[in-house]
Amino acid sequence: MLAIIDYGFGNIRSVHKALLEAGANDVIITHDPQIIKKADKLVLPGVGAYAQCMGGILAIDGLLEALEEKVLKAGAPFLGICVGMQLLADVGVEFETIKGLGWISGKVTKLYPRNHDLKIPQMGWNEVKPNDCKYFESAWDNETKDVYFVHSYAFRTQNAENIAASCTYGADTFAAAVQKDNIFGVQFHPEKSQKAGLKLLKAWLEND
Amino acid sequence: MTLKTRIIPCLDVKDGRVVKGVQFENLRDAGDPVEQAKFYDEQGADEICFLDISASHEGRGTLYDVVSRTADVCFTPLTVGGGVRSVEDFRALLLAGADKVAINTAAVKNPDLIREAALSVGSQCVVVAIDARRIANNPPKWEIFTHGGRNPTGIDAIEFAALAEKNGAGELLVTSMDKDGTKDGYDIDLIRTITDMVDIPVVASGGVGDLDHLVEGVTKGKANAVLAASIFHFGTHTLQEARDALKQNGIEVRNLEV
Repeated sequence: MLAIIDYGFGNIRSVHKALLEAGANDVIITHDPQIIKKADKLVLPGVGAYAQCMGGILAIDGLLEALEEKVLKAGAPFLGICVGMQLLADVGVEFETIKGLGWISGKVTKLYPRNHDLKIPQMGWNEVKPNDCKYFESAWDNETKDVYFVHSYAFRTQNAENIAASCTYGADTFAAAVQKDNIFGVQFHPEKSQKAGLKLLKAWLEND
Repeated sequence: MTLKTRIIPCLDVKDGRVVKGVQFENLRDAGDPVEQAKFYDEQGADEICFLDISASHEGRGTLYDVVSRTADVCFTPLTVGGGVRSVEDFRALLLAGADKVAINTAAVKNPDLIREAALSVGSQCVVVAIDARRIANNPPKWEIFTHGGRNPTGIDAIEFAALAEKNGAGELLVTSMDKDGTKDGYDIDLIRTITDMVDIPVVASGGVGDLDHLVEGVTKGKANAVLAASIFHFGTHTLQEARDALKQNGIEVRNLEV
């Protein structure tokens, strides 16, 4: 069973449909810690502000503990999307500094394209260059592909080996995807990136 | 590596049906917005935009069904606008499967609604649609019009764009009501004045009659995305032709995954 974590801040419907299209079956949308503990794979979507998303997780009794038990102790495959990926960091620095999940060392800070023509949020299709990651290898043969981004902040990992793919926006080259053991996260929206996105979701489903 | 200029086909939806739809033989039901959206999705639209022009409550209700059925089959970003009046409307459309929601008249009446929506659903989901008419030429000035361009408001369009950004809009959809439907091209001055001023993305809209107009929207207007309706609906041009035209003019467009 694959569980999509519904904590009030994700585009759940789109993620659900895309996972089904990519070949997932037995998908459940839930925030029930007891059900999450029984899941084989976990997907954490996220849209909006860092503080609100993290607050949304903490507001559900037992959710954080259930996620940590599954992902950190049991090693269940985990996919974070957009803010769901950024939450993996130690902290998010938006209006204030917010503590994240801390599963992958690093922090989330504002994009700095340093060019007025490059607007914030970065909104639209940009190239993602894979960097030694089994999912991108399987999905895209490690080629660079265009995928859909909407974000104003990016994950700055402490260790370069956690960068699964990179993207460049003006002066800023940032992590388009992060990985660590059973944990995978993407800054872009695979569920909104047509074939390239569906292929990546399929690879994630099949390679764990 | 660079961010690509988006090409966005827009569909007008009334009572759950497409107004001025694509005339293509391979569509089973040319009036069904879902079929049309799927057609654009397959052609590689960078985003799809639905503008609901239903006047009645019942017509409005069908929009949610259209949005959710579209989100079931299109894995590309979907913006929905028209008749959005409250934060609840934002939530309901996002829940139905929209990725961004455009707000127009209600935001002009109450700019705080932009802030409330941004705080509630995130700035990136909040598109402020600015419908403007030119009221002076030297120097140029534009006024905001609401209700599909019928009602003057006395509000300066450029000042309102700045306010929308300040209040947390994630994107501006700028339509020249003078140009809309004329096929004469965008009001480049209007687009350029706003893109130069704001730090958020700007979508150019209103007046596209040929591919050069799309190119000008980017090269002269500096728009981050170009929106058009009729040139795609009536099969005058395909999205691929639009991509090629931009590319030939040195504008980076998306490489489609096949």
